[in-house]
Amino acid sequence: MTALLEIRDLKAEIAGKQILNGYDLTVKAGEVHAIMGPNGSGKSTLSYVLSGRPGYKITEGQALLAGADLSQMSVDERAAAGLFLAFQYPLEVPGVATMTFLRAALNAQRKKRGEEEMSSPDLIKRVKELAKILDMDMEMLRRPVNVGFSGGEKKRAETLQMMLLEPKLCILDETDSGLDIDALKVVSNGVNQLRSKDRGIVVITHYQRLLDYITPDVVHVQSAGRIVRTGGKELALELEETGYARYQSEAA
Amino acid sequence: MAAVQETVEQVRRVGADQYKYGFITDIESDLAPKGLSEEVIRFISAKKGEPEWMLEWRLEAYRRWLTMTEPKWARVDYPAIDYQDLYYYAAPKSTAGPKSLDEVDPELLRTYEKLGIPLHEREILAGVERPEGEERPRVAVDAVFDSVSVATTFKEELKKSGVIFCPISEALREHPELVRKYLGTVVPTSDNYFATLNSAVFSDGSFVYIPPGVRCPMELSTYFRINEKNTGQFERTLIIADKGSYVSYLEGCTAPKRDENQLHAAVVELVTLDDAEIKYSTVQNWYPGDENGKGGIYNFVTKRGDCRGANSKISWTQVETGSAITWKYPSCVLRGDNSRGEFYSIAISNGRQQVDSGTKMIHLGKGTTSRIISKGISAGRSSNAYRGLVSAHRKAEGARNFTNCDSLLIGDACSAHTIPYIEAKNPSCVFEHEATTSKISEDVLFYCMQRGLSQEDATALVVNGFVRDVLQQLPMEFAVEAQKLISVSLEGSVG
Ligand SMILES: Nc1ncnc2c1ncn2[C@@H]1O[C@H](COP(=O)(O)OP(=O)(O)OP(=O)(O)O)[C@@H](O)[C@H]1O
Ligand SMILES: [Mg+2]
Repeated sequence: MTALLEIRDLKAEIAGKQILNGYDLTVKAGEVHAIMGPNGSGKSTLSYVLSGRPGYKITEGQALLAGADLSQMSVDERAAAGLFLAFQYPLEVPGVATMTFLRAALNAQRKKRGEEEMSSPDLIKRVKELAKILDMDMEMLRRPVNVGFSGGEKKRAETLQMMLLEPKLCILDETDSGLDIDALKVVSNGVNQLRSKDRGIVVITHYQRLLDYITPDVVHVQSAGRIVRTGGKELALELEETGYARYQSEAA
Repeated sequence: MAAVQETVEQVRRVGADQYKYGFITDIESDLAPKGLSEEVIRFISAKKGEPEWMLEWRLEAYRRWLTMTEPKWARVDYPAIDYQDLYYYAAPKSTAGPKSLDEVDPELLRTYEKLGIPLHEREILAGVERPEGEERPRVAVDAVFDSVSVATTFKEELKKSGVIFCPISEALREHPELVRKYLGTVVPTSDNYFATLNSAVFSDGSFVYIPPGVRCPMELSTYFRINEKNTGQFERTLIIADKGSYVSYLEGCTAPKRDENQLHAAVVELVTLDDAEIKYSTVQNWYPGDENGKGGIYNFVTKRGDCRGANSKISWTQVETGSAITWKYPSCVLRGDNSRGEFYSIAISNGRQQVDSGTKMIHLGKGTTSRIISKGISAGRSSNAYRGLVSAHRKAEGARNFTNCDSLLIGDACSAHTIPYIEAKNPSCVFEHEATTSKISEDVLFYCMQRGLSQEDATALVVNGFVRDVLQQLPMEFAVEAQKLISVSLEGSVG
């Protein structure tokens, strides 16, 4: 069976500076992977390369989503094909109500996939359900996208978008940072509801605590632009003890 | 390719192809002799069966115009206009003045249908399905084709509430005392080069009078269409809201694609007496010319409102997407105590368009207030300037103004300028001014596209968010239309 995400010897640069140095990763449908690693090791870069952020250039290797070469697809095609990135720093879209944004995004994806658009009443109903799960006030969804949201609120809003869009591959870039303890539980619960045999989830995090709630199948340690160690969920506990020092010297 | 770069490319391809209203109506016209002279003015006046004083008024303006020179201070650049190489009057032969709808040339009716403006009252009534009990919005339309009004709808019904809504040429015949009392009192014939020219040769436009205490029962609107080649359109609109009355008025404008430039020099005068309010909205979509700057309308317009009475209010809302050159400053003279002026503007320029637009708020009375919200969007190789004046007279005790001008740039080849003038002669007034200029954010576009929006839709969404404060000021029905228009003006395929 084709893997959901297959990254082979990927090298990528930004502004002429190579950040990913031969990255290998395979995520199968149904799996949850955690990626941990020191600041600046290229975790966000990986997520941007996969999602096609302008300025990030693949120089070698390949990244395939369900067998399709991502480098051949535009940003929105990748999204319609099921790739979702929960941003480490979600952006603000002034003047555009969150609800309008959700409707535009969902229906744009559906249209690209040749599916029927979701009607407004259905959409509102669905969003209400999700807001309840994530303990969000509907009032917030009438406000412009992320404008004036607190750090934690932004992360909840990212999670809500992800749950609404039901992507095949979810990449969560430090979704836990900025969340208080209760919010962490609520958001993790939302993410766990997305776990399914057809879906892959990649969680980028610095903290073992998130993994107490979202139990990963595989944990990777990334350093200097590639994966240097892979293990089970106990690897996260070990990292909590030892830190990254030995991996940084190894990578260097 | 980077999203912004793609947007820029796409915008570059947009030009003549995107303009949906560029068709030409094949109709035989009655033209005045080419060029401008006293004879031509007499010809126009005679065609309209005007009273003698009106002809004199025109001739006086003409003589004054001969002594004036074209203003050059605006940030627009265009070859000299040959005023003798234009027709100053063009009317479809089949319409000798507006008649009942049944008599209007079917070719003209088809033209307005193509423009999305049905002129049959029945159709308008049957237009939009609405939930039981909810009132249907109805819009009375005056359709001006080149130099004449070809039809005005709902006139009879409006008459029942005492509202006069008709072509200004008809008003000159039927209500000469009203026209004479107000015409030229807001924009005097000597006001500026283009207004003076308009005073000499104006052909048609709408006249509105709302009697005291009447809230106009429906939206009024005028659709201007320039069709004939080498013809200038010089419309004249006069709206009077008598004491305690209210009216909401909308104008729309389109023109065929032609390689030659066409001149449009309109004058709009608004008067509000005590406690009256006029809400004036414009959706301006004249042909902007092609991507190389060939063709398009030269839009030199003088619009001014006079809040003559105490507690009266005038509000201008404009969505400007068309024209090769725009030179336009809808203004308010806040004469009555506690009167209020508002200006809400969205000006989009693309291709080689040049916009120099803004407003003037002249505070004369005590406790007068004004508000200016301007959103400029420049793309392609266009230039977009906001020029505004806020002034307070010595007697304008406690006057207040709030101004906010935001400019958004798409790509590197366009430019935006903000030129505010402030003059406060009374120490008690408070004028606030905020301005920003920003480039459309690559990061925000990426964020939207990561959620599945195409680069075009993402741009349209971001721009619509940028102009939201102003869109909200438009009457509901037109806000949707304007939103679509914004997408079309900026995108390759949306709409
Ligand atoms: N535009 C750029 N030009 C040059 N270097 C860049 C640019 N953007 C990112 N980098 C560098 O790329 C490296 C990887 O950054 P990235 O954000 O992917 O790290 P990260 O692993 O996500 O870190 P963190 O844990 O702090 O989020 C960093 O050294 C960063 O400075
Ligand atoms: Mg990061």
